Amino acid sequence: MREVLEGSQAVARTVARCRPGVICAYPISPQTHIVEALSVMARTGELTDCEYVNVESEFSAMSVSIGASAAGSRAYTATASQGLLYMAEAVFNASGMGLPIVMTVANRAIGAPINIWNDQSDALAMRDAGWLQLYAADNQEAADLHIIAFAVAEELGIPAMVCMDGFVLTHASDVVDLATAEQIDGFLPPFRAQQVLDVENPTTIGTMAGPESFTETKYLQHLRFLDAAEVIDRWSTAFRESFGRQTGGLVARYDPDSLDRNNLAPPGDATDVTVIAMGSVLGTLQAALVPLRAAGVSVRLLGISSFRPFPELALREALGECRDVIVIDRALELGAGGVLTGNVGRALAGTRSRIHSVVAGLGGRPILEASLRDVVARERAGQLGRLEFLDLKTGGVPVPPVGATEVAR
Amino acid sequence: MSTVHIPFLQTGTLAVGGRLLREDDRSVQSHADRPSSLTRGHRACQGCAEALAARWVMDTAVDAADGKLIVANATGCLEVFSTLYPESAWKPPWIHSVFANAAAVATGIASSLHAQGKDDVRVLAQGGDGGTVDIGLAAVSGMFERNDDVLYVCYDNQGYMNTGVQRSSATPASARTATTPAVGHQPGAPVGQGKSMPKIAMAHEIPYVATATVADLRDLESKVRTAMSIHGARYLHVLVPCPLGWGASSAESIALSRAAVQSGIFAVIEARAGELTEVQRIRELAPVEDYLRPQQRFAHLFKPGGEDALDRWRQLAQANIRRYDLLGGTP
Repeated sequence: MREVLEGSQAVARTVARCRPGVICAYPISPQTHIVEALSVMARTGELTDCEYVNVESEFSAMSVSIGASAAGSRAYTATASQGLLYMAEAVFNASGMGLPIVMTVANRAIGAPINIWNDQSDALAMRDAGWLQLYAADNQEAADLHIIAFAVAEELGIPAMVCMDGFVLTHASDVVDLATAEQIDGFLPPFRAQQVLDVENPTTIGTMAGPESFTETKYLQHLRFLDAAEVIDRWSTAFRESFGRQTGGLVARYDPDSLDRNNLAPPGDATDVTVIAMGSVLGTLQAALVPLRAAGVSVRLLGISSFRPFPELALREALGECRDVIVIDRALELGAGGVLTGNVGRALAGTRSRIHSVVAGLGGRPILEASLRDVVARERAGQLGRLEFLDLKTGGVPVPPVGATEVAR
Repeated sequence: MSTVHIPFLQTGTLAVGGRLLREDDRSVQSHADRPSSLTRGHRACQGCAEALAARWVMDTAVDAADGKLIVANATGCLEVFSTLYPESAWKPPWIHSVFANAAAVATGIASSLHAQGKDDVRVLAQGGDGGTVDIGLAAVSGMFERNDDVLYVCYDNQGYMNTGVQRSSATPASARTATTPAVGHQPGAPVGQGKSMPKIAMAHEIPYVATATVADLRDLESKVRTAMSIHGARYLHVLVPCPLGWGASSAESIALSRAAVQSGIFAVIEARAGELTEVQRIRELAPVEDYLRPQQRFAHLFKPGGEDALDRWRQLAQANIRRYDLLGGTP
């Protein structure tokens, strides 16, 4: 049923219909509406056979999730920004122990300076944590991705973050068509764990591994992670067949004419320039690029739906022969450039691609359609630098003028 | 749970298991089919009181839970010496996550079991003083405050022994550690009162708080059994001498524990809902020197200039004796 819902409400209702056994909550903006909504459902009986635990920190939120998952429950929590960093030690630990926890990250900037608004610095700082990272372009995808995340995480024994832009998605109301409990029951298998704390079959989880076995442990973890691309692709295809809409996957190939995500383009057509982005900015890009296409600019749009595993093969296939690439990056690797750009660069190594990185929308700065069109126009004119900051203000503040901001590596 | 029959080396005395008592009164350890939850072959030091205490605690808890016990362990000596891959010395299902989160992991396990309707399976969390009074304090306090159905056991050896004997906030003032060396004008730990986790636990008004030592293992066992008979958050604090960190002979762990109690330095108590309910009286008051002198970490107290610190120990023992009425007689 199509209805207008806030992004957080859409996510909370979908998570509840995935039948989690334990939900942990600790407040941090902008994820609070999700756990607030779940707390109501836990009280009204909409969530059955589920323990809702208010904890004293994000570190404990992840730790309770670890214990719950290891004891055989589907465990869920949500966080953002400082909260994600505060739980970092346990985040790495969960993946090392193969516990398929699902966590919503309502993407938000990291201080100092403290800033509650949206960019993707938080989840991207956790890129080596051994978690799957799936990014939602809109509220519909944010809700749906949780169903896929539970399925993929539990098949692989790898925890999953579903990343949705804070405020831009969490607090925005949009039309969504939520999966019903019956639909999800028919799609998502019951919880299964790789290893469980069971008094009938006692096991020791979390041993110390010395130099003689640590490398092999990590190698096996790596191999399992490499399997993840195929598993994500398979579950996303199954989702499309069951629910009739495109959600998740590895790379979203926006149709070049309509720039519609649901109308998948074939991989590798011959466009002059490709814009690559991740998260809700894809919606802005859709709107920005349609007039350019109409004006005859050969530009297309690719969305990174899975940042971890990073879909190197799928990205190369999607790009085909296109060599001019603009990456709209929502997080900055200080002294180096955009975080997404670095991953795109590694995927395209040896292809002679010309990659431009545009760092945009840090700490909630609005990303304007006109600014994005200007970026494409300047790229076509050969005027776009290798690293630029979108709409950097240079008047009245002690910032070097545009031009001097391009960083040579 | 299956049991492994191992050579039964301890015989005859009341202290090691009460084989002279009636069958029903004997300790878990006195039975040949004791659970042996922490099996032999682990890597604890000779004379490690933590290993001794952990075996008694775990066997009693397993017995009280009818074999249905899950354990969450903080990082520390106990975890390192028992679970070096590919070996494990633990027979119950056991999990180690990180240093500071054993209490929260235990909450997660308890929540999961409740959600699954497995309310007959019990949960125990354990850690050293570092994982409890320092880095893990917030998680322990959170678990207490929510009254989660977890028995948390702290094995207090008064320092970070696993990393090479550094000061923790459970380290008493004047003790020498690797980060509070016995040099300079104020040798040993310059500050600290040995942060009292039992008092902090009592302030949370949880159903049950108790302290114990390895000098009275029957008392330790009895307290574990009492704790296991109660639901909600429970806390047990066990003083465990560390031969390495305390600079004492491996043969003296029991004697030091007894001296700590008999001198008034360590109060053996029980409390329910924040109220003190039981106090173990001192049988024969011992001078604090009985506890301090055998330990190299206090050697500087017995050299010129050590009198003030020694006197502070006497005051601390007197304060404990007054606070808990350890000699009896106060109405």
